[in-house]
Parts: sequence; C-alpha cells; structure tokens
Amino acid sequence: MKILVCISHVPDTTSKINFTEGDTKFDTNGVQFVINPNDEFGLTRAMWFKEKQGAVVHVANVGGPETEPTLRKALAIGADEAIRVNTPATDGYSVAKQLAAIVSEGGYDLVIGGRESIDYNGGMVPGMLAKMTGANFVNTCISLEIDGTNATAVREIDGGKETLTTSLPLVIGGQKGLVEESDLRIPNMRGIMQARSKPLHVKEPVDAQPETQATQFEKPAPRGAVKLVDNVDDLINLLHNEAKAI
Amino acid sequence: MSVLVYTESEGGSFKKIAHEAVSYARGIADAMGTSVTAVSINSSGSEELGTYGASKVLEINDASLDTFNASAYADAVAEAAKNEGAEVVVLSSSANSKFMAPLVAANLDAGYVPNVTELPVNTSPFQVKHTVFTNKAFAHTEISTSSKVIGLAKNAYGLKENPTSVSAESFSPQVSTGGVEVVSVDKATDKVTIADAEIVVSGGRGLKGPENWGLIEDLAETLGAATACSKPVSDMGWRPHSEHVGQTGKPVASNLYIAIGISGAIQHLAGINSSKVKVVINNDPEAPFFKAADYGIVGDAFEVVPQLTEKLKEFKAQNA
Ligand SMILES: Cc1cc2nc3c(=O)[nH]c(=O)nc-3n(C[C@H](O)[C@H](O)[C@H](O)COP(=O)(O)OP(=O)(O)OC[C@H]3O[C@@H](n4cnc5c(N)ncnc54)[C@H](O)[C@@H]3O)c2cc1C
Ligand SMILES: Nc1ncnc2c1ncn2[C@@H]1O[C@H](COP(=O)(O)O)[C@@H](O)[C@H]1O
Repeated sequence: MKILVCISHVPDTTSKINFTEGDTKFDTNGVQFVINPNDEFGLTRAMWFKEKQGAVVHVANVGGPETEPTLRKALAIGADEAIRVNTPATDGYSVAKQLAAIVSEGGYDLVIGGRESIDYNGGMVPGMLAKMTGANFVNTCISLEIDGTNATAVREIDGGKETLTTSLPLVIGGQKGLVEESDLRIPNMRGIMQARSKPLHVKEPVDAQPETQATQFEKPAPRGAVKLVDNVDDLINLLHNEAKAI
Repeated sequence: MSVLVYTESEGGSFKKIAHEAVSYARGIADAMGTSVTAVSINSSGSEELGTYGASKVLEINDASLDTFNASAYADAVAEAAKNEGAEVVVLSSSANSKFMAPLVAANLDAGYVPNVTELPVNTSPFQVKHTVFTNKAFAHTEISTSSKVIGLAKNAYGLKENPTSVSAESFSPQVSTGGVEVVSVDKATDKVTIADAEIVVSGGRGLKGPENWGLIEDLAETLGAATACSKPVSDMGWRPHSEHVGQTGKPVASNLYIAIGISGAIQHLAGINSSKVKVVINNDPEAPFFKAADYGIVGDAFEVVPQLTEKLKEFKAQNA
C-alpha cells in the first residue's frame, strides 16, 4: 500500500496572530511553525500502517522553501520520502490541484489529510482532492482500518459517530482519534539523523489558478472587562435581564 | 439566477441552522436582486422556510437518502444549483454540511469559503468576511469564480424573518453514494449535541475526576444544555473525545458557554470565541479565562455549581 500524507505547515497553537502590510499579510515574525495537528494524527496512523502492514509512506506539502523543516520533521517521525510543490499555498482549490497532480503521478492508494488546517480552517483540500482524483472520501475520520482494498472508517458526526465501509483509492480528512494523543511521536536523535538523508523532492507546480483570495485581515474587537459577581442569584439575574441568554 | 440554500433537517424537520441559512441566503438574494430557492431532503414543513425568505423549495423525498451520504447529498445540491442557474450556494456549518461543501464546490467549479459570518460587503466582486486562525481573526476573501459556495458560520447571522409565499416542487436528482456506505450510526438521540445546543456547560481539570461530572450534567440538564470539556479531560478518558472543545477539538458557537474549572488556555479559547455569552466559574481569580469572559464567579466549583443548579431550577419554575 502506498500512502500520501498531506502536511499543512501552520503556526503553533500558542501563536499570537498578527498581520502586517496594512493588514493584508499574516505576520510570521516570532511565529513557530508546526505540522498541522490534524495531520500529525494522520501521519502517526500512517506509521502504524507502515509498521504493521508494510505500507510505504510519503508526505507532501504545497509551499515555499520555509516549509522544509516541517517536512523534515515528518521524515524524522518515520515517513520514507517527502515532496514539496514549490509554490505558495494560495487557496484550498489550488493546493488540492497541486496535490492531485502528485497523487496521479505517484499512484497512491490512500491519501491522508486533516479535517482542517488550523490557520485558514478551510476544511476543503481533502474533499476537493478526492473529487479531482476520483477517490472515495471520508471526512472527520477518527478510526481507519485497511484490509486489502477494503476500508472501514469511523467518522465523527454531531453528537456521535458513524461507521462506514469503503474501498481504496481513498482520501480521508483525519483528526484526533485516528490515534490517541499519547501515541504521537516526538522525533528521536536517530530519526532526525536518518531524516537528513531521506529524499525530499522539490517539484515545480502545475498550472492552477486560485478561486479565492484573502485580501484583508482583521482582529476581533477587544472585549469589555468581565463582570465578576459573588453569588449565583446575581449571575442568574444578569444572564436573564442583561445578556438575555437564559 | 437565484440563491440556492441547502436546508438541513433531522428526523423529518428542519434544524434551526436551516432557518438561519435561509435568512442569510435571503440577505444575499436581496443584495443581488434575485430570490431564494431551498433544497430539502426528506423533510416536511417547506412553508416554514417561507417565513425566513425562501420563495421556492425543491423537495427531495427518497428513502435511500434517510442516512446522510456526503457524495449523494452533494450531487443533489449541485444538480439543483445547476437547474436553478444559482450563482451562490449557501450551506451551514454542521459536520455534515462541512463534509459535503468541498464536494459541492468541486462539482460546480465553484470557489468555496467556509465560516462566513456576515453578508457580503460587495457582490461584484464577491467579497465575504469569515473567521480564520480558529476564530483568532477574520479575513475578507474575494471569490472569483462565477459559482460560489458559502459555508455560513453558526449563530453569526441569526434568524431574520422575511415572510414570503413559497411554492414547493418535488425534485429527483441523480445521485451517487461515492463508494462509501454507512454501516451503523451511534448517536445518543436523547442528548442535545454541542453543534445544535443553545447553551453548553463545559468542565475542565478543576473538577478533579470523572466521578464529579454529575455536577456538570445536572446543571446542563436544568438548562437544556449540551455538556463539553477541555482537552486534558478527554485525553485522560474522563469524558468522550466528542466532547472536547477547542482549537483541536470541536468549535462551539452557542448563545451561552459556561466554563467550570477550566483555566482558559489559548487553544481552548480559540474554540469557543464565537459563543455569544461566556461565564466562568473558577477558584483562581488569576485564571486567564476571566479575561475572555463576560461574567464570572471566583469560587469553588463544588460549592457554586450545585447552588447555581438549585437556583436555576427555582428560576425556571417561576419563569415557566
Ligand atoms: C497542540 C495543542 C493543542 C491543544 N488544543 C486544545 C483544545 O483544543 N482544547 C483545550 O481545551 N485544550 C487544548 N490544549 C491544552 C491547553 O493548552 C490546556 O492545557 C488545557 O486547555 C487545560 O485544560 P483545563 O483548563 O481543563 O486544565 P487546567 O489548565 O489544569 O485548569 C484547571 C482550572 O481549574 C481551576 N480549578 C481547580 N480546582 C477548582 C475548583 N475546585 N473550583 C473551580 N475551579 C477550580 C484551576 O484554577 C484552573 O484554572 C492544547 C494544547 C496543545 C499543546
Ligand atoms: N499547503 C498544503 N500542503 C499540503 N497539504 C495541505 C496544504 N494545505 C492543506 N493541506 C491538507 O489539507 C487538510 C485540510 O486543509 P484545509 O482545507 O486548508 O483546511 C490539511 O489538514 C492538510 O492535510
């Protein structure tokens, strides 16, 4: 089985979000970038397929040279090869288009992406990619088993979960649950050393015009100070009469 | 030309998010000088969509669509959009709608923007405001394709009545299950879900252990609220993963969010930023959550919460 894990390179969850150039660009100053958390769960599940079922695991990112440390981290965790498509990630559609070219060329059976990137929260790349490559698609995937070309997936739904059967080729949008938090791997020295000599291919992009473009950013208006009360009667009163929330 | 809206239902009736989506679609239609067509799947009550501004409802009645299938539902919505010559398709932000949205967009060669919070400032070029960085910021995004798919953020636009006389037509689209079959659904039908809830009561590590969750459940039941938790609480197995809210968990866009024994880490706050009113109960006055809250009580959850539940019961009895 050949697996491609799509890795989005995103600001660490603790990052303060600021913008520059008249609020038209994300300010990367002092920001730490990491593997998108949803993708890290997927990558770790891919390692399980590698170790238990002999899968070959590649990782891919669409982005500039600055994303390479993130891809190297994925190699250090255990992926076999990495691919970077050398073009900025402009919108979900154009990213999906670039990944679709890689998937067709590489003949992957399973593509693991995340439910969403925590930066632009698009939640669209895996679905569009599935449609473009004619693969089956399961989103918000919290469990995945593969047996030959058959797959059983569990998906989180509002208020519960749903078990699905499907087959390869398959694209999933994964999240926590694919593996547990405690299964996530911190690269060790050996992994980091090995990652240095693993292939990281840089591919030139195919033609793909973005469909959407963020032109301006803004931060939420600062909020008023909290009203502290010292008894529950006052709280109920405020919630009813002032906030009209109960 | 029209604005098409997919109106989500459950058990044969429309959800509140469907009413909100129609309200919003009508806002766009007015700005573009056109009307709203809704698509419904196995739901009754098309007239109620007229209340919020739909003038036509395409009713799909097909037992094979009783269980949600993203590919089939997306095919249905895309076919409706094509038939109607719709320039804009509006979906809500439930897990199901977010699953089908990219498929609808790919089907229509439409640009898709999720988590949209307001009517477009401009419809030509078409520009929408939406949340990014998990509610830490907003972006204004221009959609350049001729068809557009909008995912409406929950509880951001609200319900707006716009009484319109509505005509219903039956509609039988060509759909494919996309190679995915549902084997079983495991869902508590007697519980309010975090996605649908108006009020969410959430507990953190301050509650010390799963055996104390009765406090949270009693309060939630009194308020008709859903229960939720912080990430460590689900990581330790005190509560199911599906209750974990935050940047790496579920987003909460309820009217009221009550956080009990939760410190207010940045990743937690990101997930609940779009809730309207936030209440914090925490025994540490320095807890960062107080900076992000509207109302707070500094106190021991084990004392405050039972009192709050009792008093709310009295309040409910008086205001029933
Ligand atoms: C990559 C990453 C992603 C993350 N994503 C998320 C996420 O999506 N959601 C999330 O929630 N967290 C997330 N976290 C974890 C987050 O950083 C915090 O660790 C977590 O939110 C803390 O949970 P807590 O508030 O329940 O626990 P604590 O931080 O331990 O806080 C417990 C609080 O309870 C109060 N307390 C104690 N006793 C009482 C009492 N008797 N009465 C009242 N109050 C009391 C304490 O004062 C304290 O404020 C993430 C972390 C990382 C690194
Ligand atoms: N630039 C990118 N390069 C590779 N994969 C990506 C990129 N952007 C998004 N993805 C994948 O698509 C998923 C959903 O992203 P998004 O649609 O941007 O929310 C992510 O979790 C990744 O798996």
